Amino acid sequence: MSALHIKKGSTRHSAYNLRPTFSDVQERHTIAVLVENEPGVLARVIGLFSGRGYNIESLTVAEVDHTGHLSRITIVTTGTPQVIEQIKAQLGRIVPVHEVHDLTVEGPSVERELAIIKVVGEGDKRVEALRLADIFRANVVDSTLNSFIFEITGAPDKIDAFADLMRPLGLVEIARTGVAALLRGD
Amino acid sequence: MTREMTGAKMVVQALKDQGVDTVFGYPGGAVLPIYDEIFLQNDIRHILVRHEQGAVHAAEGYARSTGKPGVALVTSGPGATNAVTGLTDALLDSIPIIVLTGQVPTFMIGSDAFQEADTVGITRPCTKHNWLVKDTDSLSATMHEAFHVAMSGRPGPVLVDIPKDVQFATGDYSAPKPSTSHYQPVVKGDLEEITELVAAIETAKKPVFYTGGGVINSGPAASQLLRELVDATGFPITSTLMGLGAYPASGENWLGMLGMHGLYEANLAMHDCDLMINIGARFDDRITGRIDAFSPNSKKAHIDIDPSSINKVIRVDIPIVGDVAHVLEDILKVWKARGRKTDTANIKQWQSQIAEWRKVNCLAYTNSEKTIKPQYALERLEELTKKHDRYITTEVGQHQMWAAQYLGFEDPNRWMTSGGLGTMGYGFPASIGVQMAHPEALVINVAGEASWLMNMQEMGTATQYRLPVKQFILNNERLGMVRQWQELLHGERYSHSWSEALPDFVKLAEAFGAKGILCSDPADLDDAIMEMINYDGPVIFDCLVEKHENCFPMIPSGKAHNEMLLGEAETQGVIDSKGSVLV
Repeated sequence: MSALHIKKGSTRHSAYNLRPTFSDVQERHTIAVLVENEPGVLARVIGLFSGRGYNIESLTVAEVDHTGHLSRITIVTTGTPQVIEQIKAQLGRIVPVHEVHDLTVEGPSVERELAIIKVVGEGDKRVEALRLADIFRANVVDSTLNSFIFEITGAPDKIDAFADLMRPLGLVEIARTGVAALLRGD
Repeated sequence: MTREMTGAKMVVQALKDQGVDTVFGYPGGAVLPIYDEIFLQNDIRHILVRHEQGAVHAAEGYARSTGKPGVALVTSGPGATNAVTGLTDALLDSIPIIVLTGQVPTFMIGSDAFQEADTVGITRPCTKHNWLVKDTDSLSATMHEAFHVAMSGRPGPVLVDIPKDVQFATGDYSAPKPSTSHYQPVVKGDLEEITELVAAIETAKKPVFYTGGGVINSGPAASQLLRELVDATGFPITSTLMGLGAYPASGENWLGMLGMHGLYEANLAMHDCDLMINIGARFDDRITGRIDAFSPNSKKAHIDIDPSSINKVIRVDIPIVGDVAHVLEDILKVWKARGRKTDTANIKQWQSQIAEWRKVNCLAYTNSEKTIKPQYALERLEELTKKHDRYITTEVGQHQMWAAQYLGFEDPNRWMTSGGLGTMGYGFPASIGVQMAHPEALVINVAGEASWLMNMQEMGTATQYRLPVKQFILNNERLGMVRQWQELLHGERYSHSWSEALPDFVKLAEAFGAKGILCSDPADLDDAIMEMINYDGPVIFDCLVEKHENCFPMIPSGKAHNEMLLGEAETQGVIDSKGSVLV
């Protein structure tokens, strides 16, 4: 470990010291936060990001352990390595936070997002939308004579790509869940 | 073992079980059941303040001067919102306090009821943690957890919001037991890092200890261990405003305070050192000045119990997360086991370099026989009170910096000042809290007239409880620090920085049943200070001082440590446009 100059104790995610801490490069990180499922805990996490001027690109939250009263918050954020380090340290300081995991550093990880997309159109456009949905493995979950609602699951960029294709074909509304992520392997 | 009782009784019982002897508070509709329980017992003293902000600052003063948590009790709505400044102050200075607020009954929450405010929402960003207690059965556990959170790890303010129906209802009370909460901050530092620091100590040629409030917060053992380490190594030591007293001002390695208004020798030692050992300080902007020119050639070690403090502002080479006392103990152990080595020849040379800087005598000022110079007033106050069992609080501004420069502190917990938030109005209520904790001690609030007026209603509290707090007001009829900045940065346009229509402080003291002393002649100053010390009761000392004195040394905003100003002659055009946007 010492050969890599990893500083133990600076944070729990000390692999960060492998890179220049005060670099200007913006990085995208997916952070999983296990929190006590108590009132106001989400407000504490969001308030931390707004109060200290950090970015949130995506945020999902749901209870994952009913008996242990634990919820999992998955946050996608961007910032310089120093800011990312601060975000994790600040999250770790919140009293009801049990664990903070930087999946981007601890990874590789699997990231998935679900979107439902309403596309309104007739004739060729309607046929083309259905054909593309098939290619993207999106399911039709509702249909009328002039509309579809597609359900699509995948990495965020796959959903972006599908939404871009649907736009000229009559996309009128989209709802996305935000990213859920887990580390690969055991 | 559990016992059935009302929520209100549980609150009082939990305070007793946590060893609380004093509560600062102000009653109101939503806390009446708790006040009823306070009426029915004699173990806990309740001090009626005159404004809720005063209650929280008094609790802070109590906490900082004892090392025990301070407690404040206020009502819902305006009671809670008035507590916000005190909570934020305690958060920035890491002071353990527990604020209990009443709340409208649970079934009325969200209905915009009379004196309803979203207290946990409002105070979420200004507490370490807070709770809204929705049922009586969970009240005692929450109360005990509140003390645990306030006191563990990096201390801080917590708030428990208790709806009125929860206070009336009965439930099971459980006594405090060792915390089972997952919140258990690490106190032991990593031994590998500690060994790396010891190795750096052994070879350092120009080392400096830079200590902060974390040493005080860690407890008296931390100060003792710090003294042992400093004296054994002979390394010079400086401290932030928050850390004064951890190492004695009379100690031979003491450099004085560092930072924006810190001493020349302290700031130059920080700038030129080759090993900086930060113990319980946080590289605050008042300390670092220009970041990219901060101590450019040093290896930096940082001991802090809060991982978020490390690498937040300044990148460090040796980070050690842990409690100061625990880490210092390990440092001493390892250093002794490896043979107590230091580079004595080079340390001697470094000490003589520092002695050269000392000769600059950066705290020198031009005295006057006609008007009292504020520095002179504090020098005399120091001389006449230093032998007493003395506690000092301050307000915020020039007087605060002069007090830090000219008063000497030999022990921790003797100096209470609003460092992080810079709260004008802090010092007077804080002095009340200190005096409650130390009834026999000499408690002096060094104040400016403008700050002091911000919480002057607490004169009622001081006289009601016969608290002999001394309000030493350096009255320059100006918002002195604002005036100083306007002189340096805003073309001497003194926008709203003077105190118009000031009260007659002597008459004001008398109106509250206290003693007032006016002093304007340097020749009378000693006698007047002695009169203040010897009077058994609260005193307002109106010390009329030079109106246009500036506070030096000063590192202008946006400048480095070695670019500090020592006196009036150097102040022309020193702050550029980039510096002027900083505060």
